[in-house]
Amino acid sequence: MNSNSGNYPDSKGHFGQYGGRFVPESLMPALIELEHAYAKYKKDRTFLNELESLQKDFIGRPTPLYFAGNLTALVGGARIYLKREDLCHTGAHKINNAIAQALLAKRMGKTRIIAETGAGQHGVATATGAALTGLECEIYMGSEDIRRQSLNVFRMRLLGAEVTAVDTGSKTLKDAINEALRDWTTNVRNTHYVLGTVFGPHPYPLMVRDFQSVIGREARKQILKAETKLPDCLIACVGGGSNSIGLFHAFLKDNIRMIGVEAGGEGIKSGRHAARFAGGSLGIFQGCKSYLLQNKDGNVLGTHSVSAGLDYASVGPEHCYLRDLKKIEYTYATDTEALKAFEVLSRTEGIIPALESAHAVAEGIKTASSMPRNSIMIINLSGRGDKDVQEVARIKGI
Amino acid sequence: MSRIGDTLKALKGSGSKALIPYIMAGDPSPVATRQYVLDLEAAGADIIELGVPFSDPLADGPTIQRAAERALNKGITLRKVLRIVREIRKESDIPLILMTYYNPVFKMGIESFIKSAVSSGVDGVIIPDLIPDEAEDFIKQARLYGLDTIFLLAPTSTPERIRKVVKASTGFLYYVSITGTTGSKLSIEKTMKDTLHSIRDVTGIPVAVGFGISSPKEASAVAKMADGVIVGSAIVKLIAQGKSIKHYVKSLRKAI
Repeated sequence: MNSNSGNYPDSKGHFGQYGGRFVPESLMPALIELEHAYAKYKKDRTFLNELESLQKDFIGRPTPLYFAGNLTALVGGARIYLKREDLCHTGAHKINNAIAQALLAKRMGKTRIIAETGAGQHGVATATGAALTGLECEIYMGSEDIRRQSLNVFRMRLLGAEVTAVDTGSKTLKDAINEALRDWTTNVRNTHYVLGTVFGPHPYPLMVRDFQSVIGREARKQILKAETKLPDCLIACVGGGSNSIGLFHAFLKDNIRMIGVEAGGEGIKSGRHAARFAGGSLGIFQGCKSYLLQNKDGNVLGTHSVSAGLDYASVGPEHCYLRDLKKIEYTYATDTEALKAFEVLSRTEGIIPALESAHAVAEGIKTASSMPRNSIMIINLSGRGDKDVQEVARIKGI
Repeated sequence: MSRIGDTLKALKGSGSKALIPYIMAGDPSPVATRQYVLDLEAAGADIIELGVPFSDPLADGPTIQRAAERALNKGITLRKVLRIVREIRKESDIPLILMTYYNPVFKMGIESFIKSAVSSGVDGVIIPDLIPDEAEDFIKQARLYGLDTIFLLAPTSTPERIRKVVKASTGFLYYVSITGTTGSKLSIEKTMKDTLHSIRDVTGIPVAVGFGISSPKEASAVAKMADGVIVGSAIVKLIAQGKSIKHYVKSLRKAI
């Protein structure tokens, strides 16, 4: 399914010094079982046919690569294309991974899937996968996020999932992951954990990347068809990092400038952000070694972003590795910049982006303006903004 | 042999089983922790586990999660726990084990942590999110400085995992009685007996059983199969309620 994996990760899931497996021993047999099942099914023609058919008819792939002419004219630099993951069924790229893992869980003979969710997008995607495959489903969500995203909670319940509030720690995404891992430790025999991003213990960073890399494979073909050449720059937002790896992966050998955009929150100096590369250090958290926002004693710091999907203390290990190799550069957009881009894209193109994706749009506008007019940029529009409209209205005092 | 090894060997010689209570260091205060350790020893504990509070304790159930939150709110860090151990060592020689998540150790630096732990009087460490596969350097340094590395086995462990964990462990092996978090409901399944048998087939190292043991009756049933019984959440709960732990720990001692 993936032709660009190179020589990493190694057999234990290490991307250079990053990644690996840092989990309770109880989970090791499940991770090994998953690793073997994934290695088997990613070469299984029947499995791949079923996945490809669902990608086409259920998710709605290939998603369009849209030339944003109005935005390009406004910015006055590179020709800006948007990879329209916001047009995926359920409204974001998360479904690419959730459907694939639900199919895999079914093949592995599991009767139940669980997942964590922050803003609710991955929870909705997993609940959708469960409904489709007939698996029992439980979603863990921080009670603070439940309050902020009540519409998505209702969607998950409508899809037949049980939504369980997590009331410990910061009551957000990281605590939901802790609780999902605790559930998995307890019910490991019949349950598969559908982790939502390129994070956690091996094989998740590898497997989720492979399931998301369909984004870049499509975009590469589409841009060659539209422009008869490769793009000069790719931009995507980075929370855990699955939509960005998904877009970048097919272009890694092409020597193209790639920019990952983290959540700058209220600015790095304020301490209220989720910019792991700008403000973090090497650590071990929720299953892998990566950059982590932590204090000097190794406790994990609270994070902040206007976008719940980027509001996480660590980042996928492959990102750290590709950063060291200078394949991808990382920057951040603040809450204010993202909110501005949210409005600009809505008004110029008639597309309301997710607040996560608005971070990529903010950086895209900035970078494109200094690029020549015949150059090409692709921004991954990872999700649609309907879920954020209420929160933005609240912020604007409407 | 280490203080832990000596203790377990002596117990085995006299035909008795080890009682290994767990408390959260710094909950409710460093001074209280020192006193609790002395109380536990007086009530018949053989080895004591001190929990190091961590922001994201993913192997722990609600009771120990809340204890960690309380300790963190009091400013307890890994370095402060080592200071508590130094204080305890002025009054007691009981074997002490730290149960800590890996990130605080990694952040301090593996060698720096091990040196400091040993010089403070720590005898062994349990790191629930560190598996032998990722612990090569940690084990090497621990051997060098004489710190016991206690790894965990679970009901789901395959023969291959058992061999790997046995090879990495010194002092004793920690068998997690249930698939679940600390303080969950215990079920003494056939799996426990079978897994303990398959562990014994490959090693003579003592095996202590923990997670989910709360009543003297359960402790007694587990003690029949294992070399030691670990009790955590039930004691942490009493401490949280401000109740005395002596009577309860004595009843556990009597039961095993």
